[in-house]
Amino acid sequence: MKFLKYALLASTLIFASCTDENDTPPVVNEEEVITTLTVTLDSGTDQIVLQYQDLDGEGSDPAVITVSGSLSVNTVYNGSIVLLNEIEGENINEEIEEEDLDHQFFYTVGSGLNVTTDYADADSMGNPLGLSFILTTSEASSGALTFTLRHEPNKPNSGLDNAGGETDIEITFNVTVQ
Amino acid sequence: MLSFIILCSFSSSAFSQNCTKNLTLKIIDSHDSSLLSNASIYIDELKLELQTNLDGEVTFENLCDKTYSVQISHDRCQTIFTKINIKENSIKTIRLEHHLNELDEIILLTELNSKSKSVYENKVTKETLEQYTNKSLGDVLKTIPGVTSINTGNSLAKPQINGLHSSRVLIINNDVKMEDHDWGIDHAPSIDINSVDKISLIKGAGALKYGGSAIAGVIVAESSKNQLVDSIHGNLFFTGTSNGRGGGVASSIIKTNTNGWYTKLQGTLKRYGDYNAPKYVMSNTGLSEKNFSFKTGLNRIDYGFEIYYSLYNNETGILRGSHLHSAQDLIRAISSSEPLIIKEFTYDIDAPKQNITHHLAKLKVFKKFDFGKINLQYDFQSNNRLEYDIRRGSDRDKPSTDLELLTHSVSVDLESKISSKSNLKIGIVGKYQNNFPDPATGVRRIIPDYKKYDLGVYSIFDYKLNQKWIFEAGVRYDFMHMDVYKYYKTSFWESRGYDELFSDIVIEELANQVLTRPVLDYNNASAILGANLSLDNDVSIFINYSLSSRSPNPSELFSEGLHHSSARIELGDLRFKSEVGQNIAVTYEKIKKKYSLVINSFVNKINNFIFIEPVDIQQTIRGSFQVWEYKQTNARLFGADISFSHKYGDHFSFTHQSSILKGYDLVLDKSLIDMPPPNIKNSISYKNSRLNNLKISIESEYMFRQNEYPNNNFEVYVPTTETMELVDISTPPKAYHLVNFTSNIDLFTNNETPINLSFKISNLLNTSYRNYLNRLRYFSDDLGRNFSLSMSYKF
Repeated sequence: MKFLKYALLASTLIFASCTDENDTPPVVNEEEVITTLTVTLDSGTDQIVLQYQDLDGEGSDPAVITVSGSLSVNTVYNGSIVLLNEIEGENINEEIEEEDLDHQFFYTVGSGLNVTTDYADADSMGNPLGLSFILTTSEASSGALTFTLRHEPNKPNSGLDNAGGETDIEITFNVTVQ
Repeated sequence: MLSFIILCSFSSSAFSQNCTKNLTLKIIDSHDSSLLSNASIYIDELKLELQTNLDGEVTFENLCDKTYSVQISHDRCQTIFTKINIKENSIKTIRLEHHLNELDEIILLTELNSKSKSVYENKVTKETLEQYTNKSLGDVLKTIPGVTSINTGNSLAKPQINGLHSSRVLIINNDVKMEDHDWGIDHAPSIDINSVDKISLIKGAGALKYGGSAIAGVIVAESSKNQLVDSIHGNLFFTGTSNGRGGGVASSIIKTNTNGWYTKLQGTLKRYGDYNAPKYVMSNTGLSEKNFSFKTGLNRIDYGFEIYYSLYNNETGILRGSHLHSAQDLIRAISSSEPLIIKEFTYDIDAPKQNITHHLAKLKVFKKFDFGKINLQYDFQSNNRLEYDIRRGSDRDKPSTDLELLTHSVSVDLESKISSKSNLKIGIVGKYQNNFPDPATGVRRIIPDYKKYDLGVYSIFDYKLNQKWIFEAGVRYDFMHMDVYKYYKTSFWESRGYDELFSDIVIEELANQVLTRPVLDYNNASAILGANLSLDNDVSIFINYSLSSRSPNPSELFSEGLHHSSARIELGDLRFKSEVGQNIAVTYEKIKKKYSLVINSFVNKINNFIFIEPVDIQQTIRGSFQVWEYKQTNARLFGADISFSHKYGDHFSFTHQSSILKGYDLVLDKSLIDMPPPNIKNSISYKNSRLNNLKISIESEYMFRQNEYPNNNFEVYVPTTETMELVDISTPPKAYHLVNFTSNIDLFTNNETPINLSFKISNLLNTSYRNYLNRLRYFSDDLGRNFSLSMSYKF
């Protein structure tokens, strides 16, 4: 055993001359991770913010999901979505807008929630992109509101069922209308 | 090709004019120093021919002080003339090299010396290799019973021996152990089968030469020995296939000399577009491959050297529809009858794809002494693995994995014939390896920066008791030292409790990552004991026990993050111990003129067996992911492989191959994942040497459904339906039956070098099927019907 350790040491010395003893490797922060999704619903008089924040990405820490308040009945909200990589301090919206043909947001309203959505923007081919939207509430209710971002979906499509592509984002908020 | 060399020249100061000198010649075989009896020695000046006795000796008497012309011939050797100058009574040793006419025979003979004597050895012959010039190593190995492949699509095939694969299978390319990120299931071996002439699968003591970690076995790919004649020869292969609408060309040229010098150049080019399943295009499954190898050397009876260099470059597209981001995507893909993305046929290879460049260089020197043959080898390998994912923005064209693995290795071994009945081989191997994951990818490193040092010593001994029994024993000890720089996510580092267990290896704590420097040592012992009993001329029984130890690989130790191709989070474990396997194999072999039968059965018990299993579901911004953790358990695998062939008359023959295997986790008491289901292959062939060597063969291949599998299914919430839905990643696909047709004919048979034309149809009935051992089976059917036409020309 001793012999082997010495032999190994000797071979280490031999091989050390073939390699650069460089310093510690630099850290890599994920460039493409989206850590934060913020949905702002603005009725002109009132602002509701839905936020999903997961600073360690697919790490084991749970995400922090916040809904700032309840939506009002029979109200029209202008919705906007902001995507951030807070590790790198980047706004991902710019990339989505640059590659608008390859992206689309979808809004899934859970049963029981009296809300409808409409796209308020379009890509360069005139198909919906979905960073801006209009959300209209009716009677008091509560339920799930899901935001899905698909990468390279089939465009145009009639919804998630035939959109295809890969899911870049899928987040569900529990929303109350009162 | 047959030659001999006189080793010692003799000189003398004694002087005499009388014709009273005696010359004794001792003729021995330079390979194993055995005495060659019945060699004919003719001295022209005396017009006298004598034969060597049982001790390989012959004595000529009453010779004068002059130079005699001597002619030496022996069975299966070329007759050669030389001159011997006589000055005094002398005894001369002459070593004859037993070069044989058939290349294969040479290989068989040297193999008996160098590999295993107590284990049945499976081979892929040159003839079979030539039928697979456009295929990969994983494909051609499947012709051996008990060998399957774990596939990622149709082009990335990783050999699996009796259910075990990756780091448990060593691959030796021209005497060099391949170092090419072999841990990943989606990493195929970086080797061009056109650069080798023969492939064998060895499991016995001979395997210890290459490493003690070969729990499954060692695949040895090697070149033929060169003939000792003045010649230039070579070959040229063309293949075109309908599926993939592509083809390949492979060529080699070899120059040999009677003085032992040889040079070989070889190259391969392959290009395919998208392949087809029976009903649709499998988008982005094209392939481009460029390979080159060069070899030169000198092969004398008692010394020689070889320089070898090979370059392997392969770019393989990965089915576009298999790239997923979440468990919800996986549900969509599994429930769809065809891939989610199908485009027009194209030759373009886009992301997701892999691009591998492997350089291999070797210098080998050998010298024979009275006590044996010493081999000295240095080899260098560089493997660059680029993996491209579907990315966004400015990263779109950047690889998401860029690993550069450099390996230097030095080995010395001694092969010695201790007595006429026993051989001893001892050796020592030192290795240095450096892995550099380029941070420019902008993706956290999948395999960390590390330096690895290996030292191995081994000894193999065989003993032939009598005509019936041959025994063999071997031991090997390996020491491995690893020096790693690894960034952990702080959340993972803490959730595992590593912050308390391994606080001493922390170098720096950043905002959400921890830089650590794990230093790991592993000591592994391996041993083999075997016996070969020859009952009569037809029947042999091989019995073999082996103990193998394998250090955990970097993937098992350090994985920590999302694995895109499988849409799951994979987590390694820094605390792993070495895996220790014990294997008992018994093989019965009966070879008659008309038929042959080989039955191989084995039991493999593996302690600390490293495997990966799902433990949790994690929510991320992309949706849910299954979390898979590497774990250690105890496992048992057992099974049997049968091959049988029978000739009927002069032209017809029947062959059968079948395998069955079971694998269990003994701790959790459940089946192991990815175990090959039972399979049966039968074929009928017609062969007629008078009809231009016409060969026609039809093969039926039946793959049963795997009924024993672990249930790793899980449920996730699907917002569109507002329900929890089952993600069925476990249920194996149905059984399937494929029919393959092969035909071969020689053209221009009047020429010295006929052209061989071969026409094949695989999956003749265009059956839609999915293979349990293909990781893309969730997304797409396997290959549809394929017509291929090949031409081979040897000159």
